[in-house]
Amino acid sequence: MSGFGGVYALWWREMARFLRQRSRVIGAFAQPLLFWILLGGGFGLSFRPAGTPTDVDALQYFYPGILVLVLLFTAIFSTIAVVEDRRSGFLQGVLVAPISRARVVLAQALGGTTLAVAQGALLLALAPMVGVPLTLSAALASVAVMAVVAFALTSLGLVIAWRMESTQGFHAIMNLILMPIWLLSGAFFPVAGAAGWLGWAMHLNPLTYGMGALRRCLYFDMPTAVGAVPPLALSIVVTVAFGAVAFAGATAMARRG
Amino acid sequence: MTVSPPEQPAIVVRGLSHYYGERCALRAVDLDVRRGEILGLLGPNGGGKTTLFRVLATVCAPQQGSVRILGDDPKRDLAAVRRRLGVVFQHPGLDGLLSVAENLRCHGAMYGWTGRRLDERVVAVLQRLRLEDRANERVATLSGGLARRVELAKGLLHQPELLLLDEPSAGLDPGARREFMDHLTHLRETEGLTVLLTTHTMEEAERCDRVGFVHRGEVVALGTPAELTATIGGDVVVITAHDIDRVRAAVGERFGYDLRLVDGALRLETPRGHEFVREVVEAFPGDIQSVTFGRPTLEDVFVHVTGQRFWDQAAE
Repeated sequence: MSGFGGVYALWWREMARFLRQRSRVIGAFAQPLLFWILLGGGFGLSFRPAGTPTDVDALQYFYPGILVLVLLFTAIFSTIAVVEDRRSGFLQGVLVAPISRARVVLAQALGGTTLAVAQGALLLALAPMVGVPLTLSAALASVAVMAVVAFALTSLGLVIAWRMESTQGFHAIMNLILMPIWLLSGAFFPVAGAAGWLGWAMHLNPLTYGMGALRRCLYFDMPTAVGAVPPLALSIVVTVAFGAVAFAGATAMARRG
Repeated sequence: MTVSPPEQPAIVVRGLSHYYGERCALRAVDLDVRRGEILGLLGPNGGGKTTLFRVLATVCAPQQGSVRILGDDPKRDLAAVRRRLGVVFQHPGLDGLLSVAENLRCHGAMYGWTGRRLDERVVAVLQRLRLEDRANERVATLSGGLARRVELAKGLLHQPELLLLDEPSAGLDPGARREFMDHLTHLRETEGLTVLLTTHTMEEAERCDRVGFVHRGEVVALGTPAELTATIGGDVVVITAHDIDRVRAAVGERFGYDLRLVDGALRLETPRGHEFVREVVEAFPGDIQSVTFGRPTLEDVFVHVTGQRFWDQAAE
């Protein structure tokens, strides 16, 4: 087996397909902008979930949550390309090529990660204009965290997409998984405010740690704005492990199908 | 161009059986594909030829029996087999949003080709198939025949020794179909490529070096088109009549022939067809609706071997 030329070619194809579909490009720009306008316009300012740090304004609380939402949608819905490639016949040609399934999955995961991080970075760059403070080092650290989170989420999407025959089934299953893991990640209300089984579900949700890592990086210089989230080291370890497990799962699915 | 000795076939299949759940798609199939030949697998849909194709293309692993592709066992060294194998599926496998050249480059990269070697090979293959002026066009804008030719270019890009094509001419008009076969024949002659294709059209099968009939999971006949048609003794006569049973019985009584009833028509294979036609028309002037008479075709061989009309099977 030769180097990673095949991985690069498949990744490049995902990028070319994205850039050549105008509706996707417009959607990719519009989604973060829309969230930004809604947030900046005062959405949520009157809404204060239980357990939110008292000296943090609601916008500062929701901004990282919305960043993760953007990553989640873009990363996971990019994996619908696998279902489309299966239906179009392109995947068949890939499956009989002498390239390992792990590399095919890697190319797909990196494709989704790239698109998700690009959108997340766009929303992040707009943050100072609605009053969310941002330093260069915080921005760089946040992008790095977003890349790991996006890779994990894309891999999670691939676990499901590799077994799917139709795009309808894909949407149904994704919505069943997506919204709960986002809602229970601390993006919408803090873990501290959740009681009983909800709190446990949030502690077990791997995205809680990605969310925590992002809050800690984004508000590195203002710890009071972080709130009660898991420690940075633990958050990063869990998020990287989430990515590794999801990637291994996606590769296993690809080997079967 | 290197021609391997004929005692080393490109494909050796022994006792290959394949099941989809309870349903048996292949029953103990034996098949040899010689180096440098074009072998056509002919048969109705659902007869097993696509399953056989999928096993040989390494889409499915062999369930029972053994398969050797270019001397290698796909169960032992899958990547080695895949590197030397070109596959063109029936379903288009090109990306419509990419240009012709981009599709080929992407394919080449998956086969480990890179840099200048890949670029030069893309140009060479495009020239070979007279596609060079289409290199930068998006595949979605190409006609069916051209897109098919790009599929062939893709299958050939990594210089496979063996090319597998599933229903390569499906959806093509007769002109494009002939042109596609011309390309294949030319490649076989100039590059010593071995080709295995599946088809359900007789005219395509007649252009293959050898043809195998696949029916109900078995290879029921295999040979050159001339050998296969020679298994029918002489001419083929097909009679339709109002009261077919009476005519059948009367012909049997009077001429001593046992006519086969296939799909509402009587068939006879006889070395002296012209005489039989004259005699039978004179003997039953009012009963016979039509008589056709001709040299046997591969379709006649299929009827001969299976006792069924080809298209009835296809419709099943």
